[in-house]
Amino acid sequence: MQRPGGSLQSGFSAKDIGAAGAARGVAWLLTARHGGILALVALLLALPLFLPNNFYYDIAIKTALNAIVCVGLNLLIGYAGQISLGHAGFFALGAYASAILTSHYRWPGLLAMAAGALGVALVAFLVARPILRLRGHYLAMATLGLGIIISIVINREIPLTGGPDGMSVPALRIWDWRLTGAVTWYWISAGALVLAVWVSLNLVESPVGRALRALHGSEIAAETAGIEISRYKVLVFVVSAVFASIAGSLFAHAERFVTPVEAGFLRSIEFVTMVVLGGMASTFGALVGATILTVLPQVLTAFHDYKHVVLGAIMIGVMIFMPRGLVPTLMSLWRRRAP
Amino acid sequence: MAEFLQFLFSGLTVGAIYALVGLGFSIIYNASHVINFAQGEFVMLGGMGTVSLMLAGLPMYVAIPLAVCLVVAVGLLLEKFAVEPARNAGVITLIIITIGASILIRGVVEVALGKDFHRLPSFTGETPIIIGGAALQPQGLWVIGALVIVVAALRWFFEHTRLGKAILATSYNPLAAQLVGIDVRTILLVSFGLSAALGALAGILTAPITLTKYDIGIMLGLKGFAAAILGGLGSSYGAVAGGLALGMIEAMSAGYISSAYKDAVAFVIILGVLFFMPSGLFGTRRTERV
Repeated sequence: MQRPGGSLQSGFSAKDIGAAGAARGVAWLLTARHGGILALVALLLALPLFLPNNFYYDIAIKTALNAIVCVGLNLLIGYAGQISLGHAGFFALGAYASAILTSHYRWPGLLAMAAGALGVALVAFLVARPILRLRGHYLAMATLGLGIIISIVINREIPLTGGPDGMSVPALRIWDWRLTGAVTWYWISAGALVLAVWVSLNLVESPVGRALRALHGSEIAAETAGIEISRYKVLVFVVSAVFASIAGSLFAHAERFVTPVEAGFLRSIEFVTMVVLGGMASTFGALVGATILTVLPQVLTAFHDYKHVVLGAIMIGVMIFMPRGLVPTLMSLWRRRAP
Repeated sequence: MAEFLQFLFSGLTVGAIYALVGLGFSIIYNASHVINFAQGEFVMLGGMGTVSLMLAGLPMYVAIPLAVCLVVAVGLLLEKFAVEPARNAGVITLIIITIGASILIRGVVEVALGKDFHRLPSFTGETPIIIGGAALQPQGLWVIGALVIVVAALRWFFEHTRLGKAILATSYNPLAAQLVGIDVRTILLVSFGLSAALGALAGILTAPITLTKYDIGIMLGLKGFAAAILGGLGSSYGAVAGGLALGMIEAMSAGYISSAYKDAVAFVIILGVLFFMPSGLFGTRRTERV
């Protein structure tokens, strides 16, 4: 095995060498399949050494929360082969459930979060069966419509949601412990992300994961082999919606403010793009995609007015030259190069 | 009654716009099975292009055809450099590519022409025509008339010209079409050009009614997609019927239920239709081969 990443050491102070070592360990572990989750933990532990202030912590938090949505969405798109252009709706439902229940009704934060997740699971469960009967672009339209309906309701129910101006969210309290500050929320988001990845990896390796891949290949063949396809489709739709809902709840408490933008069509598109850009059917691809598309707009502010032009060009370019997404393409390239 | 007529007129006008945008989706889908999410940007480009050419001092009757030509050029470039290289990629990849293209086009217009609202003058005055106590804008008549002409022209094109028949043949079976000597790549290029022209036309016709801005393409694109899906993908008449139905649902629910929830009502009805008719109103049911 190669040990890349040695060059990382040059130019760092003594304090940073530990982190560089960790980063090198990360590079090595990524090659081992089951080392992936350990590598992620190591990366998340080392990352704060490179985050100079709260602004960067905030980007890291947003990245982690987007990544949670993408890991769930990847189960649906990458493994089950079903598209959803409405997942921002579930994200926003979670966020607003937390915001409304904790501020208007004084519910404890964790209970509100659980209620949000349960409500989203119920909504997803009820619509999943009719929606997932649709195929291709019809499915895209139906999920898109669902997302837009949620977005319109949030925009219009002004007494409850504050409408387009958004609403502020109380800090998350667990008994007398008030969770605030970027650093605290970095660790919460990071922990939630590791949990999401762990659940996703286990699900993929389980009989459920095999059933999903089978129905992705051919639904009829899978059905002939005795897989009850609609049950698995509904299951994965609900799981991915709950991931989005919990990420939304955490987002609401971390940012202390939510707006209907979170429910918008463009936000749904953003999630799908993250999954596809990183690489479908790859949990770590979803992480890479989420990281790139969350960090990139911050980097692109250097391009000022041209940032949308650059973003669009990158999306087209990556999809033309790496239609399978970054991680799977680079992985196969790397494997071919390796002796 | 006057009230109902008023809602009917506005529904027809808006519906005709959705139908024109939906037709653009339908033509490209027919030729290539690609859903072009940049279709809304063609609409925006048509309106914004005409406005800027007129601001540059050109008279309207020169600015309009010039703007349509510009948008067709953009459509051809999009096909050549973004869609063509990824022809064999999956549905989701192509969706991301066309969405990337729409972000790119929007970004360019945002930088080049600014973020302001613009307005085109109405083609034939602003004096509304009163019918049964309800007012009909003359520009609305232009939109509806344009839709009728476009549908008739497309019918003639697809049934009586070699090129039109070649497009239809490609939509039924690309491989067989290629075997009888149809250049499938040219067909794709033509279909993108045709859709771009239709989109531009829709954008120019509506600019006097709804104003135009760099980001109007997002919502119009979604409505056009919804129209094409509601009618059934691949059916041109379906897209027209879907568009008119969508416009009518919106106008009636805005009038009789709640203007704040008109879009929501439209989408609830679309979902309802899809639940019972998974291929839209006029779509053909596909059977999966194993």
